[in-house]
Amino acid sequence: MKVTLDQDKCVASGQCVVAADDVFDQDDDGIAVLLDPTPPSDRAEDVEQAAAVCPALAIRIQG
Amino acid sequence: MTPSRVLVVGASAAGLATAEALRRKGYRGTLTLLGDEPHPPYDRPPLSKQVLAGSRTPDTTRLRTPEVLAALDAELLLGDPAVHLDPRTRTVRTASGRELGADAVVVATGLRARNLPGTDAEGVHVLRTLDDALALRSGLLAARRLVVVGEGVLGCEIAATARSMGLDVTLAGPRPGPMLAQFGPVVSELLAALHTANGVHLRLGHAVTGLTTAEGRVTGVRLDTDEVLPADVVAVAIGGDPATGWLADSGLRIENGLVCDARCRAAEGVYAVGDVASWHHELFDAPMRLENRTNATEQAVAVAANILGADLPYVPVPYFWTDQFDARIQAHGRLGPDAGVTVVEGDPETGRFVARYERDGRVTGVLGWSMPKQARLRRQEIGGPVPSLEPSAP
Ligand SMILES: Cc1cc2nc3c(=O)[nH]c(=O)nc-3n(C[C@H](O)[C@H](O)[C@H](O)COP(=O)(O)OP(=O)(O)OC[C@H]3O[C@@H](n4cnc5c(N)ncnc54)[C@H](O)[C@@H]3O)c2cc1C
Ligand code: SF4
Repeated sequence: MKVTLDQDKCVASGQCVVAADDVFDQDDDGIAVLLDPTPPSDRAEDVEQAAAVCPALAIRIQG
Repeated sequence: MTPSRVLVVGASAAGLATAEALRRKGYRGTLTLLGDEPHPPYDRPPLSKQVLAGSRTPDTTRLRTPEVLAALDAELLLGDPAVHLDPRTRTVRTASGRELGADAVVVATGLRARNLPGTDAEGVHVLRTLDDALALRSGLLAARRLVVVGEGVLGCEIAATARSMGLDVTLAGPRPGPMLAQFGPVVSELLAALHTANGVHLRLGHAVTGLTTAEGRVTGVRLDTDEVLPADVVAVAIGGDPATGWLADSGLRIENGLVCDARCRAAEGVYAVGDVASWHHELFDAPMRLENRTNATEQAVAVAANILGADLPYVPVPYFWTDQFDARIQAHGRLGPDAGVTVVEGDPETGRFVARYERDGRVTGVLGWSMPKQARLRRQEIGGPVPSLEPSAP
């Protein structure tokens, strides 16, 4: 799967990191950073959860 | 039994997220989203911030593109309010006369903004919907002086945004400090200093008793001291009421929202999600209703799972954020006015810090002021139930 993150939309909630901390982290301003843009398929459920709970709709998943 | 027809009433953050979570979890049956607003689902947090300021256009608040909505394979019925629910047959009647039956009905009707009584004068606004935001914005563009009534989170955000637009802004409200009920005195004082430093006039600690008008237009806000704060535009931000009017004759229990069990279930096959839901938080052992954006999506995931038979209690750590001037405030857990507050990282002097909220020797909440990552890392410290603590919603 391929993950993209729109940092301009991110509101620094950290919800994605709570859902999948091996795929997302936050910088010092709280803005999300993508640790792994192509996570293995066994991480799909948590990554989908991260995208679903992101209040800024900043995370998109393809494939 | 897995349902084959699901009807979601309320087509906004919580309703849409429930529909999406159902599909993600493999639900293939019929899905209907009924909403009373004419707009496709949109996001509310930007309304008091970027949309009011004009830095984001209304279409950027759409929660999903038309393509993504179409892929959801749901029937979207907009502009038609639900007016009645029969929980036994799970049938919903709408204003236009539709009769919609389902195996599971999800109540996601959110809040209605409260207004001051008898305020039909021009220049008086509430802010809950996109249309409200656009009306308030055009009012602000033509005005010089704004009075905001209500010192809660929404009132504070409107004051900050309007001030940044160059208006002369006064914030009025019954409590002596901004967001005092949510954040307590220590952080409320810092917020007061932030607003004052940016030029907002604080006239707090007095009840608003009414408005003054001339020729059908508002001219000011009257306080219980009989002082009148002059205004060209007034924004009323005194909270909202759960939109449960359409459930009044349903026989379901309505008490500060639609009352649900720990699984967000109001009756067999009837669920509630988002701002309208008052469910039993098992860990806090208390009824809880949250009015924030992340709860809408998190609770939706839980409700979708329970509709499909998961039987899981919903036990979130409450969380909300607010942006005011350059401060980005994050609140995890339950803060409240009478908790003990300790700054554990950073320094309020520098405009970046994390504060810990404690009650009866237990950490109940963590607040980050422009330190979102550090605040999140500390949310693990938040403990279990503190029976004497009332749930606090922003
Ligand atoms: C201006 C503003 C700023 C905010 N900022 C923040 C923030 O910074 N951080 C944060 O955490 N939260 C914020 N919030 C709160 C957040 O937006 C809400 O918690 C969230 O919108 C709740 O979603 P919901 O779907 O439960 O309810 P709502 O978004 O209120 O949606 C309910 C929908 O149901 C519809 N409806 C009502 N009655 C009926 C009926 N009878 N039939 C059919 N449809 C009906 C309504 O018209 C509405 O479209 C803000 C809210 C506002 C208004
Ligand atoms: S969940 Fe969304 S808004 Fe929150 S930090 Fe992650 S990307 Fe940003």
